[in-house]
Amino acid sequence: MQIYLPIAEISVNAFLLLGLGGIVGILSGMFGVGGGFLITPLLFFIGIPPAVAVATGANQIVASSFSALLAHLKRKTVDLRMGSVLLIGGLVGAAGGVSIFNYLKSLGQVDLLVNLCYVIFLGIIGALMFIESLNALYKTRSGKRQPRKKHTWIHKLPFKMRFRVTGLYISVIPPLLVGAFVGLLAAIMGVGGGFIMVPAMIYLLGMPTKVVVGTSLFQILFVTAFTTLLHATTNYTVDIVLAVLLLVGGVVGAQFGTTLGTKLKAEQLRILLALLVLIVCGKLALDLLLQPSELYSIGFSS
Amino acid sequence: MMGRVFVILLACFALVAPVQAEEDIVLGLNQTEVSISTNFNGSEIIIFGAVKRETPIPEGPELAVVVTVSGPSKAVVVRRKERKFGIWVNTDSVEVDRAPSFYAVATSGPIHEVLSRVEDLRYKISIPRAIRSVGAPMEVMDSAAFTEALIRIRTRADQYQLDEDGVTVDQQTLFRATVQLPAALVEGRYNTRIFLTRGGEVVAQYETLIDVRKVGLERWLYNLSREQSLIYGLLSLAIAISAGWLASAAFGLIRR
Repeated sequence: MQIYLPIAEISVNAFLLLGLGGIVGILSGMFGVGGGFLITPLLFFIGIPPAVAVATGANQIVASSFSALLAHLKRKTVDLRMGSVLLIGGLVGAAGGVSIFNYLKSLGQVDLLVNLCYVIFLGIIGALMFIESLNALYKTRSGKRQPRKKHTWIHKLPFKMRFRVTGLYISVIPPLLVGAFVGLLAAIMGVGGGFIMVPAMIYLLGMPTKVVVGTSLFQILFVTAFTTLLHATTNYTVDIVLAVLLLVGGVVGAQFGTTLGTKLKAEQLRILLALLVLIVCGKLALDLLLQPSELYSIGFSS
Repeated sequence: MMGRVFVILLACFALVAPVQAEEDIVLGLNQTEVSISTNFNGSEIIIFGAVKRETPIPEGPELAVVVTVSGPSKAVVVRRKERKFGIWVNTDSVEVDRAPSFYAVATSGPIHEVLSRVEDLRYKISIPRAIRSVGAPMEVMDSAAFTEALIRIRTRADQYQLDEDGVTVDQQTLFRATVQLPAALVEGRYNTRIFLTRGGEVVAQYETLIDVRKVGLERWLYNLSREQSLIYGLLSLAIAISAGWLASAAFGLIRR
């Protein structure tokens, strides 16, 4: 069944969009990533104009992350206090990111820099997570247990705060910085930033994996809602019809995803996420390295 | 050389002299308005007509018909990728200041036979002529490659069409052409031109407009997004949030 999208101004198959939303929704619920780094390239691939894909992708992530967040709230796996601290940092970072983005745009080549950002960050994060979780898996098999609490320089910083759900008593400076950094990258790369947030919370803040997913979703929800409004009012690129089709698939997928996520072990979950991140990174790297079949591209002049 | 000068002189003369209206076009369209509704998946315009004349069919070369349909024009930038430091990046770009979003040419025979170069230049009929590119930057030596790329990319997307057998002419009097509009269609007034040619020279011309418009829900959403963008943005957020909540509630019920 073909549907004409009023803002994107093209006609696409409705079931294709439903399926796409569903897949991204499952991933969103399982890993606590918004799925922006997946849905935006997928929308490019089926011919949606990039500007519309980025803006509408953000709107779709609002729906799937809200659906998944509700499921996590019921299970009490969301640290609202930690989420709020991260969000404050995130909004500051996003504001900075938007101005950096506009500066790069004035220089031209913003596409290239966004792509390079993707390849570098996805590559580093994916590789680190993959190695770490393989090690962890090996250690649990051989019966050794990792020491649960490591005291590093992070625990010596001032302004300590108690995060009950997480079971941490740490300074607010690291979460604020992590939030700001993620917000910055999210604004430049046009994604929610879950794939950076989740590993940062696990490895930098030392939060337990169970709480990480819900808390990340909390932060993503607000960042993407903010992005959607910004795109709708400045670029007019949010396509409601496209968003509805994607999010119907997405919210259903997210519910399945959360159920699936609870059935898997934390290490397995991390290995799967690492693999996914590495696959997307590889695809983007190949696009940059291999000669494209069409060297020319058409853009609208401003 | 002399021949070319003669042709140019002839063309100048033709510009000054009014086109003799010995043969006139009477036109019909299957639709003068194309409505883009939610289930729009391309459309077909059937252009049919007859040649009206007071005198018998003139002697000499046979009558040919050329039909063009042109969507709204917009300036575009064509960029080219080059390998730098091992990765492919956009380097040179050429601005094309007039490129129709849609352009279809249908003729009753091979275009170079039914239309002379001079007439093509004058009426801007063939696809390369319908595109206008001036300001190519100094450092780009091969700006023609950029307009060729534009035509290649848009032809692949069915946005530019050349059908050299798309018009059927009957008894030098009746003609009929079909133009397929693709699903990815931009709103606007689509200029439709019909040319009658004999021996490559245009003997009669007719122009009309086809209105392509979004209707119903498509129209309403589009207007809302432009005129009340904040409300539109909040609406899309509200839909997203309620859909997320609904799915969560529904699954909660199923699990219980």
